[in-house]
Amino acid sequence: MNPELLKSLLGGVLIGTAVSMMLLFNGRVTGISGIISGAMFKPKEIWRWAFLLGLLAGGFILNQINSSFFSGFLLSDWWTNVVAGILVGFGTLLGSGCTSGHGVCGISRLSVRSIVATITFIISGMVSVYVFRKLGFFI
Amino acid sequence: MKNSVVSFLIGILFAMGLGISGMTQPQKVFGFLDVLGNWDPSLMFVMIGAISVHLVSFKLITKRKHPIWDLKWHLPESKELTPALISGATLFGVGWGLGGFCPGPAFTSLASLQKTPFIFVLSMLFGMLLFYFANSKFKFNR
Repeated sequence: MNPELLKSLLGGVLIGTAVSMMLLFNGRVTGISGIISGAMFKPKEIWRWAFLLGLLAGGFILNQINSSFFSGFLLSDWWTNVVAGILVGFGTLLGSGCTSGHGVCGISRLSVRSIVATITFIISGMVSVYVFRKLGFFI
Repeated sequence: MKNSVVSFLIGILFAMGLGISGMTQPQKVFGFLDVLGNWDPSLMFVMIGAISVHLVSFKLITKRKHPIWDLKWHLPESKELTPALISGATLFGVGWGLGGFCPGPAFTSLASLQKTPFIFVLSMLFGMLLFYFANSKFKFNR
């Protein structure tokens, strides 16, 4: 099998294991957009901050192993990332979840809402890439 | 306290998964979404890997009466397909394609101390804040 596909599969298995542990120990869905907004708006629930700190610690370890884990940023003007970030922040809260909460946890629970949301954001992402490239947003 | 320690460790594991799978490289996300161009299917395997584990583990784990360190489950109960769900997912998709980041990989990438993830995450937090104010005014039925 192509090593890139194998790495993606392995990474996916690790993510699946992480969300399973979250459910087993804390009984919660590992939805990153919800955890981040919860940390901001309900700051007394410490487990969210602990999880986010874990993400940063994991990122730090990855960066020490090989900084190319954090490469391949899209070549576009800085304000494209501002618009993208605002859309992702607003959209994930309005739509009650992102790739992790809907795409991994929700689909695994066979939640119809999550299946519909995941299909929607993948199609919307595909259209977005197509249109923005036509418009010359990516250098 | 116990919940927080395990959450921290789960965060590390989750970040490792994101890094190894390629989710922290926006070009790969772009390639996955670029179906009408030079399509790179590898990120589909992230979902296949994660969902195959959790489909099984979810069934097994929820046979328990309650989680190990909590007295009850905290799972979403809403079943309704609302306009907010669809329009939110659509907006998220547009931003995902434009920046190549979804929330988890973007946040994890802060650890690389590069400029792009900082710009993205700060804007994302601003977007969340915008939602918070919009929602307190309009009370979206999510």
